[in-house]
Amino acid sequence: MIKLRDICRNFQVGDETVHALDQVTLDIAAGDYISVMGPSGSGKSTLLNMLGLLDMPNSGSYLFENKELTKLSEEKRARFRREKIGFIFQSFHLVPRLTAAGNLELPLMLTGMLPAKRRVLVQEALASVGLEDRAHHLPKQLSGGQQQRVAIARAMIMKPPLLLADEPTGNLDTHSGDEIIKTLEVLNQTGITLIVVTHDLELGQRAGRTIQMVDGKVVHDES
Amino acid sequence: MRILDTLNFSQTTLRAYPARTALILLAMAIGVASVIILTSLGEGARNYVTGQFRSLGTHLLFILPGRSETTGGLPPLLGTSPRDLTIDDAIALKQSPAIRHVAPLLLGNAPVSHASREREVTVLGSSNEMQVIMTLEVIMGKFLPAENPRIGSPVCVLGDKLYHELFGNRNPIGEWVRIGSYRYRVIGVLGDKERAFGFDNSDAVIIPVASAQTMFNKTSLFRILVKASSADALDRAKEDVLRIIRQRHEGEDDVTVIRQDALIGTFDEILKILTWVVAGIAAISLIVAGILIMNVMLVSVSQRRAEIGLLKALGASTREVLQLFLSEALILSLAGGVIGLGIGFVGAQALQVWLPDFPVQVPLWSIIAALLVTLITGLAFGLIPARQAARLDPVIALAGK
Ligand SMILES: Nc1ncnc2c1ncn2[C@@H]1O[C@H](COP(=O)(O)OP(=O)(O)OP(=O)(O)O)[C@@H](O)[C@H]1O
Ligand SMILES: [Mg+2]
Repeated sequence: MIKLRDICRNFQVGDETVHALDQVTLDIAAGDYISVMGPSGSGKSTLLNMLGLLDMPNSGSYLFENKELTKLSEEKRARFRREKIGFIFQSFHLVPRLTAAGNLELPLMLTGMLPAKRRVLVQEALASVGLEDRAHHLPKQLSGGQQQRVAIARAMIMKPPLLLADEPTGNLDTHSGDEIIKTLEVLNQTGITLIVVTHDLELGQRAGRTIQMVDGKVVHDES
Repeated sequence: MRILDTLNFSQTTLRAYPARTALILLAMAIGVASVIILTSLGEGARNYVTGQFRSLGTHLLFILPGRSETTGGLPPLLGTSPRDLTIDDAIALKQSPAIRHVAPLLLGNAPVSHASREREVTVLGSSNEMQVIMTLEVIMGKFLPAENPRIGSPVCVLGDKLYHELFGNRNPIGEWVRIGSYRYRVIGVLGDKERAFGFDNSDAVIIPVASAQTMFNKTSLFRILVKASSADALDRAKEDVLRIIRQRHEGEDDVTVIRQDALIGTFDEILKILTWVVAGIAAISLIVAGILIMNVMLVSVSQRRAEIGLLKALGASTREVLQLFLSEALILSLAGGVIGLGIGFVGAQALQVWLPDFPVQVPLWSIIAALLVTLITGLAFGLIPARQAARLDPVIALAGK
C-alpha cells in the first residue's frame, strides 16, 4: 500500500540542521498493524505526520497505492487526508465548544454532506465506540477514555484505509489505555492499516510489526 | 463545505465567547448608527435649507450691484462697485413684460424704541411688492402701502418678535415708534414664521425704501428682488434685467443677476458635500470597529491553533480554513451593521421628536453605504487573521508549540 523511499526531513534550528527523518525507507502493506517506538526526539511523530501528509519531506518519494504524493498540491493533499487518513492524537484534539456529535460531524461537513445524512453516520459511529448516549455531551463532560473514543469515531467516520495514532494512550490511565488499544485493534481486524506510536513497550509488542527509530533512522524493523 | 455549514460553524465560536462577540457588535453598531444619524441630520439640513428658499416664493431673481464673473457664486466683496443700483433702476425694470413684481431692498441697523423699551434691530427698506415676492404673511394691520417707492411715508411693519418685545400683546396698529432719529407709525405686524436669506424677519422692521435711504444716507440699494411672470419667463426676465440696467448705466454690465433656483442648487450642492463629509467622519468609527475585529480575531486565531491544526488534519484545505475565519468576521460585521441600522433609525426618530421643525430623514444611500462599508470592513480586517489561520503549519499547531 505504502512505499517510502529515502525520505529526509530536516529542520533548521539556528545554525544547526536537525535530521528528524534521515533516509527512511519503508514498505507498509494494507492491513498491517505497526507500532513505532524509540526515544524522544527520534522522529516518530515526524514519520507519522509525513505518512498523513501533514508534513512534506525535503527529499525522497512517497508512493501511496502506487501514486506519488510528494508532488501534490495543497488542495489535493487536504483531500487525501480527508479520504484516506484517520488521525488519533495523544491529547484527543476535540473541539471544546462542540458536542461529541458536533465533533464527529466535522469531517463530513468538509465533504459538503447534507445534515440529515450526517446525523445518521454520526449516530452509527458513536454507537460503534459505545457512546451513542453521549452524543450531546461536550468534551469536558466526558472522561479521557471517552474523549479518545470520540476521537477514534471521528477519525473513522470517513472510513479511511489508514489510521495513524500518535501515542493514543499517553494521556490515559492503564485501564482506559487498554480499552483504546483494543478498540484500535478491532478496527485493524476489519482490514484497516494501523500505525501506532507508543512509548509503552508492552503495547508496542502487541503489534504484528515493530519499528524502532533512533535519530531519524529506522534501526530495527521486525514482524 | 456548504455555506450554511460554514456560517453555522462560525456561529458556534461567536457564541462560545459572548462578551467578546458583544463588544465587537457594539463597536460596529455604534459606527453604523452614527453614520445613519449624522447623514440623516445632514440630509435634514439640506431639505430644511432648500425648503426655506422655496418658501421665499418661486421664479425669483436677485439683482446685486457689482459684477461677478460666475453666476451663482458670491458677488465681489472687494473692488470697485462702479455704479449705484437705485430706486429708479428698480422702477425701470417694470417695463419688461417678463417681470411681474419688483421690490428694492436696502438694509441697515438701527435702534427701535417705544415708550421705555428699545431694541437694536435690522431695518429693511422696501416697497409694497416685497410682500408678494417673499410671500410674507401679515397677521395684524397691513403691509407697506402701494405708493411710489420714491416717496417715503413714515410707516413701518414690525416683525413678530420685535412686536412682542415692544408692545407685549397690546394692539400696536396706529402707535408710533422711534427708529433711529425718526418717528414711524406702525401699520402692520408680520406672522411668526417669516424668514428670508437666512435671517429672521421676526427680529426686523420694514419701512419704505425711500425712508431707509434717508435714514442710512445711502443711495445704492442692497438688492432688487424680481419675480418673473412665470417660470418659463425667468430666462427672458434675466436678459431684460441686464439689458435695461445696461441701458441705464451707459452700456456697463455692472450688476449680478442670480436666479433663485441656481442659488438653491448651490446650497443643495454644499449641503450634499457636507453630508458626505459628515458620513465620512462617522465612517472612521467603522474603521475603529474593524481594527477591533482584527485584534479580537488575531487573539482568537492564536487561541484556536490546535483547532485549526485539527481541521487541517481532518482534510480542510487552506482555502476552507480561510473561508471559516472570514465568515466569522463577516457575521460579526454584518450583524453589527444591522443592529446599528436599527439604532440609527430609532435615533433618527428620536431626533425628529426632539426637532419637530427639522425634516430628519434617513437617506437610502447612507443605508446602502453603511452596509457596504461594514461588509468591506469585515472582509478587509478579517482577512489578515483569516490568512494567519489558513497559513498555520498543522504539525506545529497540533503539537501546541
Ligand atoms: N517544527 C520543528 N522545528 C524544529 N525541529 C523540529 C520540529 N519538529 C520536530 N523537530 C525536531 O525533529 C526531531 C524529531 O521530532 P519528533 O517530534 O518526530 O520526535 P518524537 O520521536 O515524536 O519524540 P517524542 O517521543 O518526544 O514525541 C526532534 O529533534 C525535534 O526537535
Ligand atoms: Mg512525538
